[in-house]
Parts: sequence; C-alpha cells; structure tokens
Amino acid sequence: MTVDAGGPGLAAQADLPEDAAQWSARLRRAGVSAFPPGRLLPDRQPAYVASWIYVFGALTLAALALVVLSGIVLAIEGPTWWHLSRVGLFVNSMHLWSVELFFFFMVVHLWGKFFMAAWRGRRRATWITGVLAFVISIAAAFTGYLSQQNFDSQWIGTQAKDGINATGAGAFFNVLNFGQMLMWHILLLPLAVGLLTLVHVLLVRRRGVVPPFAPDPGDLVVPDGAGTAGDIGVDGTVGR
Amino acid sequence: MMRIPQELVGRAAQAVIDLNGPGRYVHWGFIQISVANLVVICLMVVVFVAAILVPFPRHGGDDR
Amino acid sequence: MSAPATPANRPSRFRPDRDVEEWHGRYVPYDIVKEFTAAFLVVLLLALGLSIVLSSPDEPPVTIKSWSQHAPLDFARTALTELAGTSPTATYGPPYNSTPGVSQTIGPLSLESLVGVHHPVNTALDDVIDPLKTLPADPTLTVAIRRYTSATSKTEQVWTNAYGAALARARFVDGRLVTRPGGYGPVAEMIGELTTMARSGALDGALVSSRQFYGTDYTKPLLFIADGTYMANLAAAQHLQGDQWGMMNETGNFPGQSWLWLYTLWYQIPPFTTSTNADALVWAIMVVLTALLVLVPFLPGVRAIPRKVRIYRLIWRRHYRSLAARPNGTA
Repeated sequence: MTVDAGGPGLAAQADLPEDAAQWSARLRRAGVSAFPPGRLLPDRQPAYVASWIYVFGALTLAALALVVLSGIVLAIEGPTWWHLSRVGLFVNSMHLWSVELFFFFMVVHLWGKFFMAAWRGRRRATWITGVLAFVISIAAAFTGYLSQQNFDSQWIGTQAKDGINATGAGAFFNVLNFGQMLMWHILLLPLAVGLLTLVHVLLVRRRGVVPPFAPDPGDLVVPDGAGTAGDIGVDGTVGR
Repeated sequence: MMRIPQELVGRAAQAVIDLNGPGRYVHWGFIQISVANLVVICLMVVVFVAAILVPFPRHGGDDR
Repeated sequence: MSAPATPANRPSRFRPDRDVEEWHGRYVPYDIVKEFTAAFLVVLLLALGLSIVLSSPDEPPVTIKSWSQHAPLDFARTALTELAGTSPTATYGPPYNSTPGVSQTIGPLSLESLVGVHHPVNTALDDVIDPLKTLPADPTLTVAIRRYTSATSKTEQVWTNAYGAALARARFVDGRLVTRPGGYGPVAEMIGELTTMARSGALDGALVSSRQFYGTDYTKPLLFIADGTYMANLAAAQHLQGDQWGMMNETGNFPGQSWLWLYTLWYQIPPFTTSTNADALVWAIMVVLTALLVLVPFLPGVRAIPRKVRIYRLIWRRHYRSLAARPNGTA
C-alpha cells in the first residue's frame, strides 16, 4: 500500500494504479475526460460566435432559474397564499411573467438553432434534448395553469380532460384532481425539465457550438496555385 | 354575449395597467387572436430579426 | 474521441445538412459566468417590470353556490340530467362510466375504452341522491328519496322527462323553483331541495368530501359544473371556447399560451370542427408532428431548409467576411 507522502491528503491518493478498476475511479476518469474543466467552464469560444442570437440560450436558462425561484416562494407559502395577499399576487406575477419570458426566449433560441442547423456534426442529441425540454416545459406550464385554483384552472381542466381522456391517459392523469396536478407541477415535471436541461447544456459543452456552414466560393480570395475553392475548409484554411 | 357579474371580475391589485376586463381580439378569416398574444408573437419575430441583424460587439484584436 | 473531420479525412459521404467540419480556427475570450449573470439580471428586470406594470389575472372560481345563485334554472336543469343519467358526464363513457359506443376513436382504435373506467362517477348518486342524504333529516325529503330509489327505471324516466319539460318553462321566484303542476313523482321535491342546498353552499363541500375529509380531488363538482351552461357562457365571454382558439387565450387582456397555436388550430378547421373524434385525432396529429420536430436531424428534406434558406449567411456574416480578408492564411 502506498504511503501518503504528505501531499494534500485525499487528492494525492487519487488515480493510483491499483485503484484503476474501481467504479468510482472509472466514473471519475470518464467524467473528467468528457468534461475537462476548461471545457465545462470555458474562457474562450470560437471566433465565429459573433451574433446576438447566441445569447438566447443563456436567456432561456436564466428565465428558467427565475421560474424556479419564484415557484419556491409560492411553495413556501402554499397554493392559496397568492389569492389572499398582495405580496403573494406579486410573486405569482413574477412566476407567470418569467414563464412567458422563458417560452419567448426558448422559441427565439429554437428558431436560431434551426436556421443554423445546429444538429450537424454529431450534435443531434443536443437538438433532441432541446426539443424534448420544450415539450416537457409545455406540460409543466399546463399543470401550472391547472394548479391556479381559479376560474382559468377550472375551465382549462374541464376542457383539457376531453383531449387527454381520448388518449386513455385520463385514467391515470386526472386534470380535475388538484392534488395530483399540483404534485406533478412542483415535483415531477420540474425534475424532468431540469434533467433534460442539464443534459442539453452538458452536450453543448461537450460538442461545442456548431461551426458555420462551408463558405460560398465567392467568400474567399484564392491566390494562384493555392488550390480550388473546394479545398477550403470552414475556417478558411486552404487545402491540407 | 353574457356579461360577467361584477363580483366575478378579479381584483387588479397594484397593476399600473389593468389588463382585466373584456379582452380585445383581432379577427382575420378563420383566425381569431387576442391583441396580447399578437403583440407577443410579433415581438418574438422582431427580436429574432434584430438578434440576427444588430451588430455584435467586437473583442480586442478581433478579426478585421 | 474520433479525429475531427478535415478535408483530408472526411467521412466517405459528407452530407452538409448532417455533418460539419469541426473548427480549427481562432478562439476569442469569453466569460460564460459573466454572460449568465448578465442574462439573469436582464430577465429579472424584465420580470419585475412586467409584474409591477401588468400584474397577473385571478378570476375567482365558479362554485356550485355561485352557479346556483346566478343561474338557478340552469343549475336545476343540469341537476335533473344528472339524476336522469342523460348529462354529458353521465353519458361520457370511460374513464368515468361505461356507456357503450361513445368513446372517441382513431380509426378502429379506442384508447379510452381499452383503458377503461378508473374514476367512476355515478351522477345520480354522486350529484343528487348522496348529497341530499347528508342533509338533516326531513321526512318529506326522506320519503321522496326512498320513493325514487325504489322505483323502476322506466318510472324514473317518466318522472324525469315530465319534470324536464316543466323546467324548460319554469321560473325562479323567492328562492324557489316554480313550475306548472304535473306528474313528477318525487323528482320536483328532490331537485328543489338540491337547489336550495346548492345555493347555501353545502353542496360544494358535500361533493369534494364525499369520500374523505381532506379533499384535493375536484372531479365531481367540476364535472357537474361543466355539464351546465353557466361556466361555458363565462368562458365564451372571455374567448376561451375551443372554437374561439381558446386554448391559446388567457382571461382579460393578458397574453396566454401562444405556443399552443398549432394544437388549437386544428379545432378551427374541418373536419375537426364537426368530428366526434376530434380530440383523439388532434392528439394523434400533434404526437406525429412533435415526433417529426424531435427527429428533424434525421429528415433529409427538412434538415436541408437552413442551408437553402441561407439565413445563416446573416448570422455568420462576420466570419465569412473574415475569410475574404485572409487569403491563403490560417484563421
């Protein structure tokens, strides 16, 4: 057994050859290999990232954070509070408007990513997790509207039940059951949205932001003998 | 169209602009959309176009 | 990790809508934590501003009490259909009851029927008879209930049909239903007492706590209220009905759920406007379209749209211009 040579304690014991087959060691190596710190929290990005369209992912995440924070305050006080208190109504307003902002920014982000064909180059899982996060967010918002305990939630519930019943899911997912809908809204669906968002963001960190399409031939001044436009890569390097 | 009894209209606590009361709707063929939703959708398009067209600040030593 | 694809070692079939050459060019400084902090502050300020200026809607709910006080005739007529078993809820089929042949289908398939009854609702018992039995002992009412429950279903039908015709022309005066005299059996007494019970607020509680003290399941009172026209009229006034693109809308002038535009659009056009299977069909369509959106990277025609439409030329214009300024150079 290796004796601790007096370094920083436990850290000095990591990655010892005799521990290499451990699940923990393997998981750590896989994690660090997929997400070295410089990729997980970068301080550089490709020069082609030079458009305001790129901030909408961060805006969507920020709006989601605000949805969760305002939701936490509503949860602390319980589902009736916002009907009876001016502060409660204000927090409810924050929750509603941050949801509107969340969907607003997410849709603009989706449009941008579509027109950039951001699934290219083994980024299909990034696209898929993004669309799934969008769809599950709609379900989360839906259960939120059902949890309002007011006229709107009554109407939405009594109308939506027909569509959901038609799929057979109404037997298990009863939109008229406030208790069930509230629990889906504050626990199950936020977990699903959070998990999908986390995977989506990690995939972006792993693969990087998608590079541009190849340039048009007219983009480049090609000196004599430097090859044809077809040899020019996306970053302008000519031939290899 | 039925008039909503007064006691059923929600209170507009501390709102500078009161959005309660009869909604305003736009009709265009079979399309019916609230002014509020139309504003949101138009804003989304405007913001998307602006995001693409508005120049992004350059970093120091950036490409020409 | 495999080597990045360069012109020298491209996969044998490079598809520009699926593949991309990875970047080997310049990187510029980028502070991701600062970006997220700035985004959060922007969103916080926007949400604060919107909340202060516009607030949020909170239309009070309809209760059995408010319904029966504002529209007692509509309440009484609806209660009669619940007793008679002819209301929309009573004839809904699964998951509430097993009325044959009413479930929605997609072609030959009825998912509703396959799954079956999971939230049993017997409208005559749940909405009328059992709540009446919770009232303090009243000999007239007790006799009326016993007379109704021990009658044959044919006799019950005769009574409810007759009273239904009478209620169509009834008036509500001094807190009581006033109808022409007729052979209604015990039905007039039962519906009259139920209406009084509803207007007092006692029926709301009875419907929620029918099985247990701590009720959070509002299935029964909501189905009852939705069977009437009062709530539907309130909704129509707020443009919330299905044929008013209501799914997208919010009460008042607040923005609603504009992301549901495609889901609600189908309900506005034939054949969905008149189909009894509209809900099932629209759900099926939306499942397919959602799956297509998820699978865009795999769909040859759709994934080519960005390259053909060329909006990317605007997004990356600085990059393409920088290539022109750098002949034969590295990025």
